[in-house]
Amino acid sequence: MSDSTRQRALWLVWSAMLLASLAAVVVLNGRSAGTAAPAFSHVERPGPGGTDALARYGFVLEESARRLGVEFVHQGPAFDKQLDHIMPQVASMGAAVAVADFDRDGWPDFYVTNSGEASLNHLYRNRGDGTFTDVAAAMGVADVNAAGSGVSMGAVWGDYDNDGYDDLFLYKYGRPELFHNDAGRGFTPVGERAGLPRWINANAAVWFDYDRDGRLDLFVAGYWSENLDLWHLSTTRIMPESFEYAENGGRKYLFHNLGGGKFEEVALKLGLASRRWTLAAAAADLAGTGYPDLFLANDYGVPQLYLNQGGRAFVEAGRDTRVALAPKSGMNAAFGDIFNDGRLAIYKTNISEPGVLVQANDLWVPKKGGPLEYDDLASSLGVDLGGWSWGAQFGDLNNDGTLDLYLTNGYVSAGERSSYWYDFAVIATGHSAIIGDAKNWPAMRGRSLSGYQRKRVWLNDGAGRFTDVAQVVGATDTFDGRAVALADFSNSGALDVLVANQRGPLLLYKNRVQPGRHWIEFELEGRSSNRSGIGARVELQWNGRRQVQEVSGGSGFSAQNDRRLHYGLGAMTSIERAVVRWPSGRRQAIDHPTLDTLNRIVEPE
Amino acid sequence: MSARFTFDNRFLGPILITAILVAAHLSFGILEGYSRTGMAIAVAIGAELILGRLTYGRIPHLASAYITGISVGILVRSPFLWAYALASLISIVSKYALRYKGRHLWNPSNFGVSAVLFLAPATVSLLSIQWGNTLWPMVVIWVLGAVIVWRVGRLHISATYVAAFLLFSLVRSAVTGNPWLASVAPITGPMYQLFIFFMVTDPRTTVHSHRGQLVVVVVVAFAEMLLRLAEVVYAPFYALFLVGPASLLVESWLASRALTLDAAPSVGVR
Repeated sequence: MSDSTRQRALWLVWSAMLLASLAAVVVLNGRSAGTAAPAFSHVERPGPGGTDALARYGFVLEESARRLGVEFVHQGPAFDKQLDHIMPQVASMGAAVAVADFDRDGWPDFYVTNSGEASLNHLYRNRGDGTFTDVAAAMGVADVNAAGSGVSMGAVWGDYDNDGYDDLFLYKYGRPELFHNDAGRGFTPVGERAGLPRWINANAAVWFDYDRDGRLDLFVAGYWSENLDLWHLSTTRIMPESFEYAENGGRKYLFHNLGGGKFEEVALKLGLASRRWTLAAAAADLAGTGYPDLFLANDYGVPQLYLNQGGRAFVEAGRDTRVALAPKSGMNAAFGDIFNDGRLAIYKTNISEPGVLVQANDLWVPKKGGPLEYDDLASSLGVDLGGWSWGAQFGDLNNDGTLDLYLTNGYVSAGERSSYWYDFAVIATGHSAIIGDAKNWPAMRGRSLSGYQRKRVWLNDGAGRFTDVAQVVGATDTFDGRAVALADFSNSGALDVLVANQRGPLLLYKNRVQPGRHWIEFELEGRSSNRSGIGARVELQWNGRRQVQEVSGGSGFSAQNDRRLHYGLGAMTSIERAVVRWPSGRRQAIDHPTLDTLNRIVEPE
Repeated sequence: MSARFTFDNRFLGPILITAILVAAHLSFGILEGYSRTGMAIAVAIGAELILGRLTYGRIPHLASAYITGISVGILVRSPFLWAYALASLISIVSKYALRYKGRHLWNPSNFGVSAVLFLAPATVSLLSIQWGNTLWPMVVIWVLGAVIVWRVGRLHISATYVAAFLLFSLVRSAVTGNPWLASVAPITGPMYQLFIFFMVTDPRTTVHSHRGQLVVVVVVAFAEMLLRLAEVVYAPFYALFLVGPASLLVESWLASRALTLDAAPSVGVR
C-alpha cells in the first residue's frame, strides 16, 4: 500500500470515528436524560389516574384539593421597589406546608403558609371523612403576615414543652414566631417570651433534640442576611457575592430548649458559624452515634454536614464525607433508606436546565463500613435530572416495600415563549462586585426562568434504578412547585402528596394504591425522649430485608411530612420485628406488629 | 544566553493550564471529582498517542493533547463520565479528520466542547461559575497568562480580543438595555481565561500574519456579540467554532490567489 493510499485510508477511519463519536453523544444524551427510551414509551398512555397505570405501577395520584375543601392559592411578597426588575426571582419562595395532627384526633392536619403582605396562612383540619376545613383564623395562626412583621416562609411542628400537643414554629422573612398549642383548641404566640430574635430572613427550620435531653431544640437557617429589611433597603448590594461560593447570607441559629418555654441561642458556641445561603435543613443520625447530625443544602455553594459531637458541639464534615466537593444550588434535604439496608441516603436538589446549566441533583449514599463517606449515585440510579428542582421527599408511594421519590420543580413561570436564562447565566458568572449588586442584574421583563416544568415521580425498583412515572400516574401539574409533604390523610395506608406552589394553588394528590399491597404505620410518642418522638429510629425487619426510617422535625424544602412513619410491604403478610431506637437511647422491639394498620408505640418509662 | 537557560515553549501552555486547574481547585474546588478530569486527560492523551502513531509513524508531542484534555476536564460540566471521554475523543480525532491542506481547521478543545454542548444540551453544560469572591486569583492568572502568551508571541491576540469584547459589550448593553457591568460579567469568569489564553491563541488554528490574527480575533468577538444578542449562552465557543476555520480557509484561498497572481505576470512576460 502506498503512503498516500494509507494516509487516505486512515483519514477515512478517523472521519468515521469522528462521526461515530458525534452520534454516540446524541444517543447517550438521549438515554441519560431519559428522553430516548422513557419507561412508559411502550405503554398506551392511560391519562392521569388510569387503571393501566394502577396495574402497572401499583398506584395512581388524583389531584383533589378543591374537591376536598382545600382552596388555597399562594401569594408572593413584593419587596423594596429597587428590586422590581428582578422581583419574580428574589420573591420566589414562601410556599410551604407542614403536616401534624395538631388536635390529636387521629387524623393528620396541615398548615400552609402564604407570603403576600397581609395575606393569611391556612390551617387545614382533617375532618376524618376525607375533607378539610380551614381553622387557622379560629386557632389564631392565620393573620401572621401583617405589614412590618415580614411574611411567612415556612413552618415546622414540634412539641417543645412535651405536653402532648405539637406546637408550631413559623419562620419568615421577618419576625419569627413560636405558637404554643393549647391542647388543640387554639394557639398562643410565645416567641418573645421564648427568646426568639426580632428578625430572621429564614428559609429553613428543623426541630430536633441535638443533646438528647428530652426537650426539642430548634435550628433555624437564615438565607438573606438578618440585617436586611427587604421592604426597606438602604443599598442594592444585597445579592450573593458569588453564584457558587457565596458566604454573605444569613446566620444560623440553634435554640437550645431550656425548658419552661425558654430557649438559649447557642449556634456559634456549638460551631454552627455558617453564613451560607441555606435553603433546606434536615436532621438525622447519619454518623451512627445516636445523636442527630445536621445537613444543610445551600444555595450558591456547597452543602454542609454538621456532625454532632455528643450534643456538645458540631463539626462541619462536608469535604471529609465528600458531600461538599462541588458547589451547586442546593434546595432540598431529605433522607431515605433506598436500598433497604439501613443506610440513610441524602437527596439534595439543584438546578438543571438543558443547554445552559446541568448541575444535576445529588443522591449521597453512604459507603458501607469505614468512616462516614458518601458516593453520589444520582446519575447511576436515574434521579439526577429534575429541572430547576425544589422540594422532594422519600416515601413508598405504591407500597411495594421500597422508598420512591417525589420531586417538584420550576422556578418562575411567566412568559411562555420568553426565557430569562441567558441573562441569568451571564450575571451568574460575574465577579462579586457585579453579581453582588442587584442593580447590575438584567431586568426580567416578564420572562420565565425554568418555568412550566414537568414533575418527577421516581419509582424505586429496589434493584438500583428509579423510573419516572409522573405523567402516567397523574402528577401532571406544571406550577412552580416548592414544598412537598407526604401523609396518609385517610389512614388507609396510602401516602398522599401535598405540593405547595409559589404563586399557585396548593395541590393535594390523593393516592390510590392497588389492592393487595400491604403496609404498616407507626406513631411514636416519647416519654424520656421528646414527646413528638422526633429523632426516633424504627428499623422494620421482614423477609431478610430491613428498612430504617427516622421521625423528622422537618425535611425537604420548607416542608414537614407527617411524623407517623409509613412502610409499604408489597405482598408480605407478616413481618418479623420492628425495633425502635428512641432519642433517649432506649431500644424497644415489637415482634410481629400488626399489618395494614397504624401502630401506636409509647416509649417505655 | 547559555543553552541551559533555554526552555521548550511547548511546555508553557501545560504549565499554565495546570497551574490554573490546581489553583482553582485548591482555592475553590471547581472540580466535581478527579475522575472526570482524569478521564478527559487520559482519553485525550491516549487518542493522541494512537492516532499520531498510526498517522505519522511516531509518537507525537503530548503537550497539545494534555492541554486539550485538561481544558475539557475544566470546561465541561456533566454528571456523566461519557461526556468527558467523548468530548476529549472528539477533540483529538477532529485534528486528524478535519484537515485542509495539511492543517487542522478547528482548535481541538473548541471543536470537542462545542460539539458536546450542541449535541447534548440536556446532559452537558459549561463551567459557568465565577472565580471565587475576590479579584486576586484572576489578577494572578491574567499576569501569568499574559507573560506566557507574550513569550510565545500571542499576547496581541489575547489583548485584542479583550479590547474587542469590552467594546462590543458596550454595544450589547446599548441594544439590550442591560447594565454594562452585566454585559461585561462573563469575562471575569474562569471559562473566559481558558478561552482567551488557550483557544483564540492556538498557533495551529490561527492565521499566520500578525495583522490577520488581529482581524480574525476582532471578527470572533463580533460574531460572539451577534450570538450573545441572540441569547446564545455559549457564544464565545460557537463564535470561534464558526470564525476560526473560515479564517483559515480564507487565508489559504488568499495564499493560492497570491501564488497565481505571482505566477501570472512571469508567464505573460515569458
